[in-house]
Amino acid sequence: MYVFTLYITGENIHAQAAIKNLQRICETAMTEECEVQIVDVLQQPEEAETHYIIATPTLVKLSPAPTRRVIGDLSDLPKVLSALGLEISSQGKTTP
Amino acid sequence: MNLYPSIEKLPTGIAGFDDITEGGLPKGRTTLVSGTAGSGKTVLASEFLAEGIQKMGDSGVFVTFEESPEDIRRNILSLGWNVLEWEAQQRWAFVDASPRLEQETVIAGRYDFSALLARIENAVRRTGATRLAMDSLGAIFSRFEDASIVRNELFRIASALKALGVTAVMTAERRDEYGDISRFGVEEFVADNVLILRNVLESEKRRRTIEILKYRGTSHHKGEYPFTILPEKGIVIIPLAAIELKQRSSALRVSSGNRELDAMCGGGFFRDSIILVSGATGTGKTLITTEFVAGGVESGEKSLLFAFEESREQLFRNAVGWGRDFEQLEAEGKLKVVCDYPEVAGLEDHLIRMKSIIEEFQPARVAVDSLSALERISTLKGFREFVIGFTSFIKHKEIAGLFTATTPTLTGGASITETHISTITASIILLRYVEMAGEMKRGLTMLKMRGSAHDHDIHEFNIDGDGMHIGDPFRSVAGILAGHPVMIDPRG
Repeated sequence: MYVFTLYITGENIHAQAAIKNLQRICETAMTEECEVQIVDVLQQPEEAETHYIIATPTLVKLSPAPTRRVIGDLSDLPKVLSALGLEISSQGKTTP
Repeated sequence: MNLYPSIEKLPTGIAGFDDITEGGLPKGRTTLVSGTAGSGKTVLASEFLAEGIQKMGDSGVFVTFEESPEDIRRNILSLGWNVLEWEAQQRWAFVDASPRLEQETVIAGRYDFSALLARIENAVRRTGATRLAMDSLGAIFSRFEDASIVRNELFRIASALKALGVTAVMTAERRDEYGDISRFGVEEFVADNVLILRNVLESEKRRRTIEILKYRGTSHHKGEYPFTILPEKGIVIIPLAAIELKQRSSALRVSSGNRELDAMCGGGFFRDSIILVSGATGTGKTLITTEFVAGGVESGEKSLLFAFEESREQLFRNAVGWGRDFEQLEAEGKLKVVCDYPEVAGLEDHLIRMKSIIEEFQPARVAVDSLSALERISTLKGFREFVIGFTSFIKHKEIAGLFTATTPTLTGGASITETHISTITASIILLRYVEMAGEMKRGLTMLKMRGSAHDHDIHEFNIDGDGMHIGDPFRSVAGILAGHPVMIDPRG
């Protein structure tokens, strides 16, 4: 199972795009189930402090190891997939 | 006249800084502090917060982009400030934005620094901070490759700080001491106010300076001011122009410690005047110094002697040879002799130390034997600044000062020291060897005595177990000062 935390700030366009893109990745590029916790740093600044978040959106992959961070609205799909260690072949299956 | 009434300033509490900035940092604004590596940016940023807590009761937030909070804590503790206690009291908070090497980070899409801003705002609210430091911007530019996004976001943070009423400093790197203001052009986007810190190697000597490059809409002193970094005190800036203005002038006279010399200068030295004694080695400079400090004690004044050429033992032995017991005078608390090698510290450090000894001992007169020894360890400019800084300080305190300078040749010529400081001193006493009829004699003359009539003759003098005895003027001799005495016919 994939476990993610997505840090966003309020409901700005970057946050909305990141949520949408992550949803799409979970649905199309992943073979296993996907658990996502969304943290709004405006509501929970201490969470951002504890995890040293500077930029938003930031996606943190907690499991499977190793931990990875992806900054940005996840619009650069190939970069997101390679950063998360997802195989390009699985992407190939979904986009014939 | 105040041309800029609208911008209030926040006193920083950093020694000398509020003098050169005419009141401190522009309140509620962000000031950029730019400097090369090792120029003291982080110390300034830390001290801005530390002095706020200690002196004004202002809390502070430190945002670090480069070093870890642990490293910064260690540096602050080494300066003598208990940052751990302040953190526990919620008067100081770190926002740790330093790079975390253990986590690989990839950038994939559009982003902003809203999370950082939220953390900063949270820390400011939590501590009630009115001061903030960000150190150092270069580190965040190298992590987020798109410089234009970083600039925009920093501008947004600076605007948010303004809205919070927080006075901030941001530090940035520069490559050269006299090149671009900062890397990445931060100054154009972020700050209306720019300070430059320099750490220049000049004639093999390190020299730290601070310059206010721009202070938009508000007045300040221009030019580079020397500063030093001391344990327990942090940054100490020497505000030359600012202190020079405050000098008073006294008509009271004090004894030189030698009755004949008093007579030559019209009844003694002025109480707040600076006397320079110039002569070749062995002409009697240390003797005049000895009589000056001992004379002070005799007339009931505390005297302080800074000796940079001779050891304590040597000095005390000399004094005994001239009938003065320094040991006894020190034991009575009327005299203090401070012996030091000039090379043990930089000139700025010497100045700070000498000032604090004066503050502590509160003498009525101070002697420095010799200034030339201090000149050896400094650049020309640094030396001049030292002399101005020191003389202004003792004049302001209405302390009589006597400095000695060593001339390079035995029989004549001016010392280098003399050339550079003669305009600052009120009186110059020249000591010269005079060769006459195959015999070496000693000559003394008052070259100038500001604001008073004085003797213009060149007198012969002798030294014995009681000290110095000034005799009659040399007659029928010319060219003594130039070092080439020739007999002239007294009948003209």
